[in-house]
Amino acid sequence: MMPGPEEWEVIRLSLKVSAVAVGLSLPLAFALAWALARGRFPGKVLLDALVHLPLVLPPVVTGWFLLIAFGPQGPAGRWLEVWLGLTFLFRWTGAALAAAVMALPLMVRAIRISLETVDPKLEQAAMTLGASRWRTFRTITLPLALPGVIAGAVLGFARSLGEFGATITFVSNIPGETQTLPLAIYSALQIPGAEPQVVRLVVVSVLLSLGALIASEALARRTGRGGHVL
Amino acid sequence: MSFELRVERQLGDVAISANFTGNNGLTALFGPSGAGKTSLLNMVAGLLRPDRGRIAVGGEVLFDSDLGIDMAVQERRAGYVFQDGRLFPHLRVRENMEYGAQRAEGHGLMTLDEAATFLGIAHLLDRWPRTLSGGEAQRVAIGRALLSGPRFLLMDEPLASLDRARREEVMTVIERLRDEVRLPILYVSHDRAEVDRLAGLIVEI
Repeated sequence: MMPGPEEWEVIRLSLKVSAVAVGLSLPLAFALAWALARGRFPGKVLLDALVHLPLVLPPVVTGWFLLIAFGPQGPAGRWLEVWLGLTFLFRWTGAALAAAVMALPLMVRAIRISLETVDPKLEQAAMTLGASRWRTFRTITLPLALPGVIAGAVLGFARSLGEFGATITFVSNIPGETQTLPLAIYSALQIPGAEPQVVRLVVVSVLLSLGALIASEALARRTGRGGHVL
Repeated sequence: MSFELRVERQLGDVAISANFTGNNGLTALFGPSGAGKTSLLNMVAGLLRPDRGRIAVGGEVLFDSDLGIDMAVQERRAGYVFQDGRLFPHLRVRENMEYGAQRAEGHGLMTLDEAATFLGIAHLLDRWPRTLSGGEAQRVAIGRALLSGPRFLLMDEPLASLDRARREEVMTVIERLRDEVRLPILYVSHDRAEVDRLAGLIVEI
């Protein structure tokens, strides 16, 4: 009943794709959440809508947009290949990009809500005590918003593990390169007699998601002094 | 001379204005709720910008619209004790009290231990703010302000949320601050008896 080498490869790839997706998009998600929670600027409604678009668009459409923008001929894709040597099409990096775009709205929402619950009066108090804006942010705002940031990261991670539509559209379903857990389950379902493999991968999916949620709850309890993720 | 205020500020429908010079001890701003007393404290602290006027404490100008002076909040060195305490919920009492101590480098009034003894909160240093009673929290807030190297204190109804026994406790601390630490204090209240007991000068707002 234990996963075989090919299945371990799928699990390893899924964890890598999700970790990279969340790790690299978390700072951007925080910046967007900050702008939406605290900023006052023209076009805020539009930015809000754009950030949330992947949540409501059919994932296939998001995948197609990624193909157009980040493919070898796409404006962003060409630029990134020339300047950073990064390519996305049919690569695990593309799977991570797709996962990040799909996870971003969830992360922004969670962080934004937590930033909105930080009482600006506490920040004012810190400033009357001599704290600069940066120290106030580092020692008051960020720690108080931390449970939300953790919640956002975990939601994003879980969403990345489950990402299917945009990934298969953008980078296809290549074993060892872009075949993450949901894609592997989908492939196994097409093969007669592969039910045991399907069950093993499904069990792993459930365990990973459950583990992420429990770990984040434990983290939030320790760092947030009573803040909850769940 | 301690506090010199001549300010005007329009906040929605309310026009807030004041023109007075405080004395060296405790100057009370006295008046009904909603008259803008807290707004005046915020102006002195640098949290609210007057439309026009001048604010000076101990001869140093903090704000002057004619001269274009508007000192940053951090540099005014106000020891602000808020009505609602505003202790940082994620820091223990000790960390709360030490939060402003960086700024006090060289001109600290007292050490943490001295402040804790003075305020009778030495046994609370390892507690979380949410476990404190109202009177304890207010004394911690006073300690935090004292340790930040303040040049003057701003106190916004520090007794308002307390029951009778706790009021007496904190009132005694404020009297000792006035008489022993000798910092100029600007004190907001709408309680006549409290103001009569504490203030050397009462300004009706």
